Amino acid sequence: MSVRGPELTEHGPGLEERGPGPVNVTLSVNGTERHLHIEPRVSLLDALREHLELTGSKKGCDQGACGACTVWIDGRRVLACLTLAMACEGHEVTTVEGLSADGELHAMQKAFIAEDALQCGYCTPGQIMAAVALLAEGHTADGEIGEWMSGNLCRCAAYPNIRAAVRAVRDGS
Amino acid sequence: MTTAIGQPLTRVDGRPKVTGAARYPTEFPAPGMAHACLVGARVAGGRVLSVDASAAWEEPGVLAVLTHENLPRIAGQPPLVPSLFGGPAPGETFFPMQDDAVHYAGQHVALVVADTHERAQHAASLLRIEYEESEPLTGIEQGRDQAYEPEAIFGGFLPARNSRGDVAAGLAQASVRVEGTYRFAANHHNPLETSGTTAVWDGDELLLHDGTQGVTATQLTVAALLGVPLSKVRVVSPYVGGSFGCKAMVWHHPALAAMAARAVGRPVKLALTREQMFTSCGHREEQEQHIALGATHDGKLTALSHHKLSPTSPFDDWAEPSLQTAAQMYACPNYEGSYRLFRANTMTPTFMRGPGDSSGMFALECAMDELACRLGIDPVELRLRNLASADPASGRPWSSNGLEECFERGAARFGWYDRDPEPRVRREGAWLIGTGMAAAGYPAPAPGTPQRARARIYADGSVVVQAATPEFGTGVATAMAQVAADALGVPVSRCRFEKGDTDFPGIAAAVGSAGAGMISAAVHTAATALREQLVGEAVADPGSPLHGADPSQVAVHDGRMTAGPATEPYTDLLRRNHRPDAEASGTWHPPGMDAPYATTTFGAQFAEVAVDPELGLVRVRRMTGAFAPGRVLNARTARSQLMGGMLWGLGQALLEANHMEHGTGRWVNASLADYLVAVNADAPDVAVELVEVEDREVNPLGVKGVGEIGQVGANAAIANAVHHATGRRVRKMPVTVEDLMELPLA
Repeated sequence: MSVRGPELTEHGPGLEERGPGPVNVTLSVNGTERHLHIEPRVSLLDALREHLELTGSKKGCDQGACGACTVWIDGRRVLACLTLAMACEGHEVTTVEGLSADGELHAMQKAFIAEDALQCGYCTPGQIMAAVALLAEGHTADGEIGEWMSGNLCRCAAYPNIRAAVRAVRDGS
Repeated sequence: MTTAIGQPLTRVDGRPKVTGAARYPTEFPAPGMAHACLVGARVAGGRVLSVDASAAWEEPGVLAVLTHENLPRIAGQPPLVPSLFGGPAPGETFFPMQDDAVHYAGQHVALVVADTHERAQHAASLLRIEYEESEPLTGIEQGRDQAYEPEAIFGGFLPARNSRGDVAAGLAQASVRVEGTYRFAANHHNPLETSGTTAVWDGDELLLHDGTQGVTATQLTVAALLGVPLSKVRVVSPYVGGSFGCKAMVWHHPALAAMAARAVGRPVKLALTREQMFTSCGHREEQEQHIALGATHDGKLTALSHHKLSPTSPFDDWAEPSLQTAAQMYACPNYEGSYRLFRANTMTPTFMRGPGDSSGMFALECAMDELACRLGIDPVELRLRNLASADPASGRPWSSNGLEECFERGAARFGWYDRDPEPRVRREGAWLIGTGMAAAGYPAPAPGTPQRARARIYADGSVVVQAATPEFGTGVATAMAQVAADALGVPVSRCRFEKGDTDFPGIAAAVGSAGAGMISAAVHTAATALREQLVGEAVADPGSPLHGADPSQVAVHDGRMTAGPATEPYTDLLRRNHRPDAEASGTWHPPGMDAPYATTTFGAQFAEVAVDPELGLVRVRRMTGAFAPGRVLNARTARSQLMGGMLWGLGQALLEANHMEHGTGRWVNASLADYLVAVNADAPDVAVELVEVEDREVNPLGVKGVGEIGQVGANAAIANAVHHATGRRVRKMPVTVEDLMELPLA
């Protein structure tokens, strides 16, 4: 591991330079502190899937085009494939595995099952993480849901049922 | 008595899918897992002159660099036979890295294995590969002059030319003729999960987790390529993240993953990148179809001529079977159709959702719409006047039909007859509004091999049924629990379907909408055999209330066997005899190719579009489909699959296109940002009507399948609606802004 101490810049102490070899990274994932020894170039998505065995976040394109890797950082939805794991230190990462507690499904997960808003299931965790965040963001009018869910591709094209699931949770039904 | 079959039960695997617990093929951990990264050829033709791996080897953690210079030779190349036939099913009869030749851009020329994903990927980028480059032959305009008529297409199973009657005479005697050339862009499947394989050797035994529509197909193909006994190859793939045909055949990566794992002595995970999905597992080929219709003044077809031209690979005579259902749809006495191919610098094209018929029926159904306009006959009425009472191609009766009811119920649900048939008369602000319809048809094919399942009941009354088929979005685990429940007479909540493992009884690849029919046939046969076994034991058991009863008079319901007043639960029979369980296997022998019936699934599609002529924008406002897929096993999952197919039709009609750059032979749109698929905001609400028709011929439960029929004709309904809205007849897929934008008058 190579670590160089912070240098003083005109804006104050610079960031500690780490890498390019494996370095220690501490992430808070679903409320649990997780310690990794990874190269700085490891994406949050690969850290979750390959190092933490949290494979609920999916890799559809690795290019930020499909939304299958949608997770929350400090409650905001982000694409884990375009986020470096290291950059998430000090932030709270939430994945689909952290959405429900004690085996009780989140209302959105129940609604996805009830409305058949999934087929192969591969985009589903990302859809659900986006859908819950969308309600928190307030993009909840009938005409808005489709637009604000359009960052999450579903090749099975369950889209009308996904909208129905979001509406059901919005309406508390 | 209510049956479990048909009930709109929610998916039994909904919970693992919404929680992220479901494991897909590259999500199985193994100690010491190494990661493989493929490298595709930069050029579309020529040969590899040299591979300089020195920089790659300097990357820490690199375990192997495999190229044509050191990759082991394959044991043998199986022929290309569609995976529904149940044997080895390579996507093309070419295996990479066996010599230095390059046939298409993206062809796998190297495989780098390292201890982490990042190191494999980076090392792969450091390979310096020199090529001798030849001029590629790519699109239809380059290859038209070299076209030939092959002996057969589709693995040799379909003749390249079909005819009946005298098409020239039929056209000559026609009062009205409609003719046109239809052009189709290439399409790429792009399931959300890229193809991938995890390979784990334990001594000489190989375990694969593979994204596939048939675990058996993967097992048979990889065993043949590697020369490994079938008993030593196990494929376990319970969940697959979509396929749509790109996992219907077995491409190179499963065998390459196994070769890499053997080379490094560690488990290897090989996941294709999204970009590699465009050059590693086939596509729907670019194509051109010429169609000519002749008809009488009252709309009776007198002739149909339908010819197709498309590129194929240097290795295989492949064309998607676009002319099959179009030749059967209508009672037309004179017909001629042919496929012409030319060899291009491309991999072998393959099945893609609605294979063949989503393009061939587009051409036919747009031409029918044109004919209806010319004759002033309502488009539904024109089709009703040409209904085929038997298959016009073979003369055989339909095993079931339902097309007329699909027209009726679809039109009623959509509100079809409210329309003014005159194009370009309905306007809402800047938008021109139009409606269109089309017929749909898709074969209900039978597999080529016997289909097997195993059913077991435990002494507590719970049931497990097993078959070697994966779940890739169809809802198979839910539907098969319903099938087992009815055959055994137990509550569906007590039945569990286990799947996706070659250690379970063999099932062919679930492709071409055949899955529900053939798997239900196997499960029904196995569960029925178990019921007969248990009933037989009960009537022979002096301790049973059913002792001495006629087995044919024993009914089963709610876990009990009942004959008149005598009744006994299965659980009592098993416990009294100190049996922990009972088990039976079942084999369904499908009808052969010479069965005396034509088996086709029919449907009707309706769409309403809005077109902004200044911007050329098309918005599909609503879609209605009515389909007659035989018996429906689960109304909820069937509707979802049909809806998905219809929205695939929307994508094909308005969005999906890939183009080969002619100078380089590379696909231009090799990403999900550039290859447009429908997003949520593109997808209108969709209404699906299920028209149940009884079919006693296709398989024991009369199931014809819902995977493809939803897509067929949806594109034509949209294009016909665009014509109705704008007056423009666009004879290409997709219809794009350029086709519809109207420049303001100067």
